[in-house]
Amino acid sequence: MKLTLKIWRQENAKAKGRFETYQLDNISSDCSFLEMLDILNEQLVNDQVKLPVDTISFDHDCREGICGMCSLYINGRPHGPEQGTTVCQLHMRHFKDGDTITIEPWRAGPFPVVKDLMVDRLAFDKIIQAGGFTSVSTGGVPDANAIPIRKEDADLAMDAAACIGCGACVAACKNASAMLFVAAKVSQFALLPQGKIEAKERVHAMVAKMDELGFGNCSNTYACEAECPKNISVENIARMNREYFSQAVTKADRKQNGGGAG
Amino acid sequence: MTKLNAKIPSGPLAEKWTRYKTDQKLVNPANKRKLDIIVVGTGLAGAAAAASFGEMGFKVKVFCIQDSPRRAHSIAAQGGINAAKNYPNDGDSVYRLFYDTIKGGDYRAREANVYRLAEVSNSIIDQCVAQGVPFAREYSGYLDNRSFGGAQVSRTFYARGQTGQQLLLGAYGALSKEIGLGHVELYHRHEMLDLVLIDGRARGIIARNVVTGELERFAAHAVVLATGGYGNVYFLSTNAMNSNGSAAMRAFKRGAFFANPAYVQIHPTCIPVHGDYQSKLTLMSESLRNDGRIWVPKKKEDAEKVRKGVLKPRDIPENDRDYYLERRYPAFGNLVPRDVASRAAKERCDAGFGVGNTGLAVYLDFAESIQRLGRNVIEARYGNLFQMYEKIVDENPYETPMMIYPAVHYTMGGLWVDYELQTTVPGLFAAGEANFSDHGANRLGASALMQGLADGYFVLPYTIQNYLADQISVPRFKTDTPEFDEAEKKIHAEIDRLLSVKGKQSVDTFHRKLGTIMWENVGMGRNEAGLKLAIEKIRLLREEFWKDVRVVGSKTGVNQELEKALRLVDYLELGELMARDALLRNESCGGHFREEYQTEDGEALRDDQNYKYVSAWEYKPDDVPEKHVEPLNYEFIEVKTRNYKV
Repeated sequence: MKLTLKIWRQENAKAKGRFETYQLDNISSDCSFLEMLDILNEQLVNDQVKLPVDTISFDHDCREGICGMCSLYINGRPHGPEQGTTVCQLHMRHFKDGDTITIEPWRAGPFPVVKDLMVDRLAFDKIIQAGGFTSVSTGGVPDANAIPIRKEDADLAMDAAACIGCGACVAACKNASAMLFVAAKVSQFALLPQGKIEAKERVHAMVAKMDELGFGNCSNTYACEAECPKNISVENIARMNREYFSQAVTKADRKQNGGGAG
Repeated sequence: MTKLNAKIPSGPLAEKWTRYKTDQKLVNPANKRKLDIIVVGTGLAGAAAAASFGEMGFKVKVFCIQDSPRRAHSIAAQGGINAAKNYPNDGDSVYRLFYDTIKGGDYRAREANVYRLAEVSNSIIDQCVAQGVPFAREYSGYLDNRSFGGAQVSRTFYARGQTGQQLLLGAYGALSKEIGLGHVELYHRHEMLDLVLIDGRARGIIARNVVTGELERFAAHAVVLATGGYGNVYFLSTNAMNSNGSAAMRAFKRGAFFANPAYVQIHPTCIPVHGDYQSKLTLMSESLRNDGRIWVPKKKEDAEKVRKGVLKPRDIPENDRDYYLERRYPAFGNLVPRDVASRAAKERCDAGFGVGNTGLAVYLDFAESIQRLGRNVIEARYGNLFQMYEKIVDENPYETPMMIYPAVHYTMGGLWVDYELQTTVPGLFAAGEANFSDHGANRLGASALMQGLADGYFVLPYTIQNYLADQISVPRFKTDTPEFDEAEKKIHAEIDRLLSVKGKQSVDTFHRKLGTIMWENVGMGRNEAGLKLAIEKIRLLREEFWKDVRVVGSKTGVNQELEKALRLVDYLELGELMARDALLRNESCGGHFREEYQTEDGEALRDDQNYKYVSAWEYKPDDVPEKHVEPLNYEFIEVKTRNYKV
């Protein structure tokens, strides 16, 4: 395949970015999208006469669709044209010979560009740190089978827990909302008896942190669900909203501070 | 001559860990606040350890190379985690899990460590359930189990095909809780480049901030390395792209012994290599062998036709298929351990029965299971794996058998540690895949997750106190000492040197060359001539690297080429160390198969008389490393030839 690539280049968070155009030839259709970028980088290293040149920086790690590190905005869609697929699992057979492909980083205020196609997603970690866990310490817990859990609930919790934290939902949303990411974590715990104990504190703390970090409101367009590589359902957002509104924070709650999921 | 003391507690096997805990020294809560611990790596072992240390009251600094601790490669483990719960009432016990693990490791692991692993396995499942890990459940509401290779019981807990992800997110949740509470400080996008010793003890690290390119200094009373394995030395492996052996190698150069570097696990069920542009290999979980049957054509001419695309696998009648694992190993069938399954696949392909366009593939067929259980059951069990396969290969495994071939997956070797998981450098601990301790010469499926979490949640929180108890009067360290100066200067010089070569070949070009040498000579089958050749070739490649590598970009800011180059510097030495270890082990055991040492029917031939030991290598500046030996004494079990036939 012959390809023209328009790739966003930006030296660092403060620098001004721009698109650069690159040509590639002889790309196999069995090649993955990231392998295509590897080939381009290899070409940049080998072809340039003068040093120092620079390769195109992009985040990637497991290359099997589970670590959530890859994060490219391809032809206007997070993770590219294939539904339910991360960039690292996207193959060139989904493009045509002669195509022009535009590659950008995630565009969202809370995800500043680090360099080229890399963004900083520390904001997601901060939301989890605000309450995305059960406050259990190591040791002193009951036998794993002490509390039976309905298979249906465990399966729904697993559906939500499949989120890989890549941020495609934020990148897809015109409001840069993190609702789907937060809702997936809130839902996982809301569905399990182990998570119910702190359900109220958790949902309020995580939503408050999400707002504080500058993520926008839900746009109700469901672009997040459409672009999620793990097909996380917007039903989780409905569940989170129920959790949020059915568990209004009382004055007594506000008095408590420090520790736990709140 | 041996300097190695494994510090195994006395007493009966089943009482050792209890005795250790009874006798060990503790640190009181007020003193814990005065003690700092560095944890490098946020996979299962690192995240679990850092979270637990934080909960206990220590001051913890935790480091990861990715943008978030949740990306560590533990996340990619698919199949499951073992525990001796015996929920299915099928005859499991702590002893049996211990025994299977020792046997699976081909009698090359330490009895006491493995018994402790089996002993704490049940607590891990309890802990994870309490964290909200959504394990698979039966309709009764109780936990479901499945089988993995090398076991005749169902003791593997799982969360669909994403068990590693769910366990890691559980540990990441615990770690995040401690970060939120201020007990743990997180340094993301930091890569450890050296270990700093003060008066012979591990007291800190130098890490490169990969965003700014700056070298940063960190001091602590103890350092834990949970930095995973070194499978990427082969270039192509199932490891993540950023997984690397540098932290372990740099600790090795500071005096930590490296144990059993030759023990590498080649996983039997991976998607075959399909092109020279390939960057990594993808695993298909071992759990698939519960319901999938492995075969190749019985007739060479059929295999040839399949390779040419003239014949489809479905066209080959049942009688003309060779289910070679079921044929050779009737008792365990498709669920033989990984080393055995990998070698059997290689044997069939080398003999000309391989399929796929390269002939380096065998079939993993679900037709019978789909007929027996229905497509929906298979989809519920392995849906995401089937989907992943289809994305990569562009074939539907519900309709045509998967094609698989062995690939480098896990390294049993690692930093030598004693019973306390302490390396030969006082104050330096190693956990998870980074240490060598529990899997002998071959790891059983679903045991890596078990070991990572055992080390992090239930071993290190005890043993590290035994070390720190006499450090309570040692004040916090400053980083403006000559030791930190020296270490930082050395790395600056190394980076400058890499950037100044300005040669003609890219970092990946060299890495591919190293990978080829390793795969051909230090791979599934090894022999004396090949290993000697590998040592020589790697030495030459190293010389060529320092003369002709082309590392573009600059020292400051993000430079992914420089990151790769620094890792390759270590691989170029580690590869040689692996070959040396393999050369001196004149026997076949587990993943280490020396072609000279096999039985008439091609099974591994161990030499317990001469090699029932752990080899531990000591770094010698400007010389070849020196081999030390820790003899393995089996007091409680009888050492036998592994037999999966009857």
